[in-house]
Amino acid sequence: MSAAPAYSEDKGGSAGPGEAEYGHDPASGGIFSSDYKRHDDLKEMLDTNKDSLKLEAMKRIVAMIARGKNASDLFPAVVKNVACKNIEVKKLVYVYLVRYAEEQQDLALLSISTFQRGLKDPNQLIRASALRVLSSIRVPIIVPIMMLAIKEAASDMSPYVRKTAAHAIPKLYSLDSDQKDQLIEVIEKLLADKTTLVAGSVVMAFEEVCPERIDLIHKNYRKLCNLLIDVEEWGQVVIISMLTRYARTQFLSPTQNESLLEENPEKAFYGSEEDEAKGPGSEEAAAAALPTRKPYVMDPDHRLLLRNTKPLLQSRSAAVVMAVAQLYFHLAPKAEVGVIAKALVRLLRSHSEVQYVVLQNVATMSIKRRGMFEPYLKSFYIRSTDPTQIKILKLEVLTNLANETNIPTVLREFQTYIRSMDKDFVAATIQAIGRCATNIGRVRDTCLNGLVQLLSNRDELVVAESVVVIKKLLQMQPAQHGEIIKHLAKLTDNIQVPMARASILWLIGEYCEHVPRIAPDVLRKMAKSFTAEEDIVKLQVINLAAKLYLTNSKQTKLLTQYVLSLAKYDQNYDIRDRARFTRQLIVPSEQGGALSRHAKKLFLAPKPAPVLESSFKDRDHFQLGSLSHLLNAKATGYQELPDWPEEAPDPSVRNVEVPEWTKCSNREKRKEKEKPFYSDSEGESGPTESADSDPESESESDSKSSSESGSGESSSESDNEDQDEDEEKGRSSESEQSEEEGEKKKMKKRKKVPEGQREGSSSDEGSDSSSSSSESEMTSDTEEEQVEPASWRKKTPPSGKSAPAAKEISLLDLEDFTPPSVQPLSPPTVVSTSLAADLEGLTLTDSPLVPSLLSPVSGAGRQELLHRVAGEGLAVDYTFSRQPFSGDPHMVSVHIHFSNSSDTPIKGLHVGTPKLPAGISIQEFPEIESLSPGESTTAIMGINFCDSTQAANFQLCTQTRQFYVSIQPPVGELMAPVFMSENEFKKEQGLQGGR
Amino acid sequence: MIHSLFLINCSGDIFLEKHWKSVVSQSVCDYFFEAQEKAADVENVPPVISTPHHYLISIYRDKLFFVSVIQTEVPPLFVIEFLHRVADTFQDYFGECSEAAIKDNVVIVYELLEEMLDNGFPLATESNILKELIKPPTILRSVVNSITGSSNVGDTLPTGQLSNIPWRRAGVKYTNNEAYFDVVEEIDAIIDKSGSTVFAEIQGVIDACIKLSGMPDLSLSFMNPRLLDDVSFHPCIRFKRWESERVLSFIPPDGNFRLISYRVSSQNLVAIPVYVKHSISFKENSSCGRFDVTIGPKQNMGKTIEGVTVTVHMPKVVLNMNLTPTQGSYTFDPVTKVLTWDVGKITPQKLPSLKGLVNLQSGAPKPEENPSLNIQFKIQQLAISDTSGAPLSSLAAVDLCHSRFCREAEEHASLFSSLVSYPSLHREGR
Repeated sequence: MSAAPAYSEDKGGSAGPGEAEYGHDPASGGIFSSDYKRHDDLKEMLDTNKDSLKLEAMKRIVAMIARGKNASDLFPAVVKNVACKNIEVKKLVYVYLVRYAEEQQDLALLSISTFQRGLKDPNQLIRASALRVLSSIRVPIIVPIMMLAIKEAASDMSPYVRKTAAHAIPKLYSLDSDQKDQLIEVIEKLLADKTTLVAGSVVMAFEEVCPERIDLIHKNYRKLCNLLIDVEEWGQVVIISMLTRYARTQFLSPTQNESLLEENPEKAFYGSEEDEAKGPGSEEAAAAALPTRKPYVMDPDHRLLLRNTKPLLQSRSAAVVMAVAQLYFHLAPKAEVGVIAKALVRLLRSHSEVQYVVLQNVATMSIKRRGMFEPYLKSFYIRSTDPTQIKILKLEVLTNLANETNIPTVLREFQTYIRSMDKDFVAATIQAIGRCATNIGRVRDTCLNGLVQLLSNRDELVVAESVVVIKKLLQMQPAQHGEIIKHLAKLTDNIQVPMARASILWLIGEYCEHVPRIAPDVLRKMAKSFTAEEDIVKLQVINLAAKLYLTNSKQTKLLTQYVLSLAKYDQNYDIRDRARFTRQLIVPSEQGGALSRHAKKLFLAPKPAPVLESSFKDRDHFQLGSLSHLLNAKATGYQELPDWPEEAPDPSVRNVEVPEWTKCSNREKRKEKEKPFYSDSEGESGPTESADSDPESESESDSKSSSESGSGESSSESDNEDQDEDEEKGRSSESEQSEEEGEKKKMKKRKKVPEGQREGSSSDEGSDSSSSSSESEMTSDTEEEQVEPASWRKKTPPSGKSAPAAKEISLLDLEDFTPPSVQPLSPPTVVSTSLAADLEGLTLTDSPLVPSLLSPVSGAGRQELLHRVAGEGLAVDYTFSRQPFSGDPHMVSVHIHFSNSSDTPIKGLHVGTPKLPAGISIQEFPEIESLSPGESTTAIMGINFCDSTQAANFQLCTQTRQFYVSIQPPVGELMAPVFMSENEFKKEQGLQGGR
Repeated sequence: MIHSLFLINCSGDIFLEKHWKSVVSQSVCDYFFEAQEKAADVENVPPVISTPHHYLISIYRDKLFFVSVIQTEVPPLFVIEFLHRVADTFQDYFGECSEAAIKDNVVIVYELLEEMLDNGFPLATESNILKELIKPPTILRSVVNSITGSSNVGDTLPTGQLSNIPWRRAGVKYTNNEAYFDVVEEIDAIIDKSGSTVFAEIQGVIDACIKLSGMPDLSLSFMNPRLLDDVSFHPCIRFKRWESERVLSFIPPDGNFRLISYRVSSQNLVAIPVYVKHSISFKENSSCGRFDVTIGPKQNMGKTIEGVTVTVHMPKVVLNMNLTPTQGSYTFDPVTKVLTWDVGKITPQKLPSLKGLVNLQSGAPKPEENPSLNIQFKIQQLAISDTSGAPLSSLAAVDLCHSRFCREAEEHASLFSSLVSYPSLHREGR
């Protein structure tokens, strides 16, 4: 009842000023009658016609529900308002309904018709909210109505309503599991949905209703993989987790042939050999082939999953990162799992709860894949501010990561931990040292010495823990350590912790031959204090007595009998039992001699040393990141992670009718679908797949990109399009934007007011791209590719080069656009000449100006036209000088730099028969007579690209050879500088602003 | 998935409950209280507790426990992440995530929770969408509401939820278009007794406050993107663009949000801008000890070190401390044994120090190890990644070098970027 006064306070707060006229109920808690009265009050308010009063009443009721108070007697009064016009009242009524409908089923039925009406509303959001509330009312009678509503909503035009339908499926299923078959039909239908909005929710429904129906996924597998990146975070987690299970059933283990792969690099040939080997007379080969099975080739779909989930490692959501991490851990080939380590380490900076879960998973992973986290060893160092549970988990990870090479650092770190003030943590550290000592033989003695030193620690807990660990270590090599055992024996006088005392006694008993003098004395002391000991110590005293009796019966016979007699009358039956058992075993009696003859063998048998293992060992049979893994016990509803199949199931089940989706040759297209929202910028930038590090796909994408970047786009997208206007708007505005930018440039170009050369801007990137493209090998028949890489690398420059356009807007960043490193390259003289040229007017004859203008740009923005290897010594670069071409104002002038790196002069350089797309024209440069070895020269040619980004293909001819080359302008290069006065500029700027 | 949520304050009162499926009795929280008692410390309450019929997953935020009830298998991080998102939303709406704020706005809280989860599965968690559904309380609005009887619930249903850019609300309009970016970098270092760095790393975040009209498309590029070793993004960032060009290109949400967080690869070359001279000694068989700590700037690059705080967890045997600071003020809590010294600004002319006697429990053995010191400080207008010896060369600018606007038909925006950096150092005197 302590809650009652608190409630009345908060009621005051939530009710706001409007409440004053109704006043506080003075005895709002406790007495029933007044409670009743208050509800009358609320009922009255609910019955009025004023929305504000209704709202007030509903707010107070919701506040009651929030406190966990019973407001069920108001049900009839509230349910009447379900059709209220005021949207907030309506919402609060919904809240109330969902909470109490289960208890008042009959009355709840009154509201159903309202929702049924809502389901037919033209507004998608009202349809969705009606379905949401209808399905949340847990009233079994309305199951058929719900079923009907869900079915209808599943084929609604609005993806939002379909999403709500997906949410409603598990609700109905939990209400009536007999509907399963019908619900599966709906799920199947929704799984085929192509919108990201629905994907997460329907997979969640799938997981709750029919996780075993893996066959429903086949057809949608590729689509889900491709949509994944655009699904909201919560959906991503569910989908990734489901796909992990799916992949485990459908693909072969990528690790199965890994060892083989290392041994036999020509594995690819093996398959064909195997077939031949079937023939007679080659049994040997057959025998060799038999155990190796078929060579492992990763299913392209398996690869698709790995590739599409990888970017999600950079999600802000810890849950998504963890989901991807577990997917990689369970599905990726060994060599690729490493990528997840960095992301997981990053999560250690998050909230402590996140750290706790992540560390648990890292602990499991680090046992199996130690190498993965070794570079991040230091990230697991413990801070004094960490909560103890985190400290202990970090310790676990550190111990798992310790190996021969890093053990010195780890032990040094442990040494500082031992001095911590957190005793639980110190105890855990000692255990960890023990584990390091058992795992790494080299440091065993060092550890043991360290632990022995700890025996003189002031803190008893530390000593006790050390004793326990020392006991385990000594068992491995008892012979050399008689001294330590003696030292321990002395400790029995002081140490009080039962576990430690018991460990010492056990040690002395076990190795009594190493300490023949001390052992009987210890037994004597223990016999004296026997009655006061803890049970666990008593058992060990009996044990010690028995062992001593067997080895040294002369000295200890009486003591043993004394101890056994004491134990016989002990309160604990375990001890009585043990005493009786021991006595029968060791003291030879008349009848039972048979066993006692073997007593020595029984008691003093060599015992295997304990293996100190991580408690996280073998936890990976639970799917990582799952609740079951965390608890190390199967949680309700946990779906077992299946083992890899022996034989891969038929991969063709995933093929979808749409022809272009079939095989990996069309990967490029699928990739584009992947990001419906972002695809514009993607298409523009061409093959941005460099991230994939997948060599096979790269070559494909290079060759395809140009053709697909623009045209294929809209058609592929339109499949995805639905009624949703906003979606469309968002997308089209994006694409318009780039066009628009282009248009602006055109506009400027037409004005043809040349300004000084805009040098620099991209010298960095330019030189970068030319150097990197020169690395890539090129042959003359791959001219297409030759330009491709250059053009898409050029993507960086445009961001800088379209700067002039942007510059007009944000004056603030003026100097940022030209990297300082370039500035020294542009001598003032050049600026002044170009300025002079501006002032002079339009026509500028390039012959006198070119040399001076060229010099500053010489290194900047160069693109490769012909590589010297491909050109047999002739290397050709080109730059866009961003000036109008003197001959024809519609042409862009392109500077072509020739250099001869061969040892013979190249003669008669000229442009041969150009093959030009419609509208594009070329003004050839004058023929270069001869270029002697080592020399370079520059020529200017004009190209009218017709404001498109189509490539101009032409031949570059020497006397002996012809090279096919092409120049493709990046968007940013099709422009000319514009000169305007400050006032003009401001005017223009004002126009751009639009308001 | 998530069945119910209970909010519990530090004294163990359940002050709010919300159920998304059938009602789960409050008594399930008893298991939580049991675990809390066992853990002694609020930080050590295990985030996941298994009970016979349910699983409890809890987080501790701002002196409140958010305890969620789960019945079936679900990734624990999923729930933890969601609970933190709930706490963030409260913070966003009420300015603080406290018991008082939640109680004052219980109806809004309830409406929020209703929208955020449907049948235990997250529905709308983006703050932009939520704000369209349920307007945050302001003084003005509550006055208007009480007069006109209108409500906090938006009467137009949000369309953002339906779009492909779910994080941005539609129809944003500002008279002044502004965008602010805060670059906050933190060093996190462990330093041993002798002053050498055991471990240091630089973490940074870029927090943005965007107040731009319409659908702005921004891109942000870095001087030296290679410095960023590991980055995590707000969902609005186009990943591909970053992969290929190292440019952050995005349509931002409206208002405050965290754009990216990153780690700087520095290979331990982090220069720590302060040093600490310490001498803490306890005499054997006597009930007192000495405490002497001095802080000074190391290489501060001409920037002042501000907001210095030193926290020391003293050993249990310490009864009290009599200290005199040359600067700032100190407090010692005899119950938790925490010494806090609020230093303020460090001026190189006069180094702040804290000296005095420590009273120990008589008869108790002297503590064998000196306590570790935690030092926090701030330096404004400095990015550490810049000074860490990382290859930023001679450029004086911080990482964030320029921002550019791609314009839409009618949008026009100006950009002010404010660069604030804020290192915090964690020092362990070993």
